[in-house]
Amino acid sequence: MIMSPAGWRYNKRVIILSLIYSAFLIGAVYGFKHHLVSGVLAWIVAILPALPIIGIFAAIGLYLVEEQDEYVRMLMVRQTLWASGFSLSIATVWGFLESFELVSHVEVYWVSVLWFGGLGLGNFANRLTMGRGR
Amino acid sequence: MNNRLKVLRAERNWSQGDLADKLEVSRQSVNAIETGRYDPSLPLAFKIAELFELAIEDIFVSPSKEA
Repeated sequence: MIMSPAGWRYNKRVIILSLIYSAFLIGAVYGFKHHLVSGVLAWIVAILPALPIIGIFAAIGLYLVEEQDEYVRMLMVRQTLWASGFSLSIATVWGFLESFELVSHVEVYWVSVLWFGGLGLGNFANRLTMGRGR
Repeated sequence: MNNRLKVLRAERNWSQGDLADKLEVSRQSVNAIETGRYDPSLPLAFKIAELFELAIEDIFVSPSKEA
């Protein structure tokens, strides 16, 4: 499939944000491991890795706004719905299991990881139900 | 939704890529519309109709009139 201009912009944004995320995460882990941060700075450094992830959610939203091909846009919307359903379902089940002390605690940011995994699931579902379209 | 897009395209010796270029959509979209897996929006349906100089109902079969 030939990528649309909006698709290129989306990829570029995601790559840049992923690089920023890596830098922020490495910096935060280093900072906390070596006790270099405390007080307000600790809060800021801890939040920094989350910002590029939020940026990726925004990049997906921007892509949906900018994509001119309505069919391709619909495929992405379906992917995001799969991702949301998948991640929130697992988070809900895990939350109840955790509250009844049947499983150990898991950091909430894993919901985002599950959501990105759900995008892949959505892509698979698209191929299964909408065909490859090639 | 059933449609005559593939026939109309073939009559003009256009590939799916040619039609996609003229409609400013992806070839993937043309394929999905031709095979009835995706129903285009009204603006895209009008664009297709105008390209072939036909009415929308001459290209797309109304679901209520399908056998």
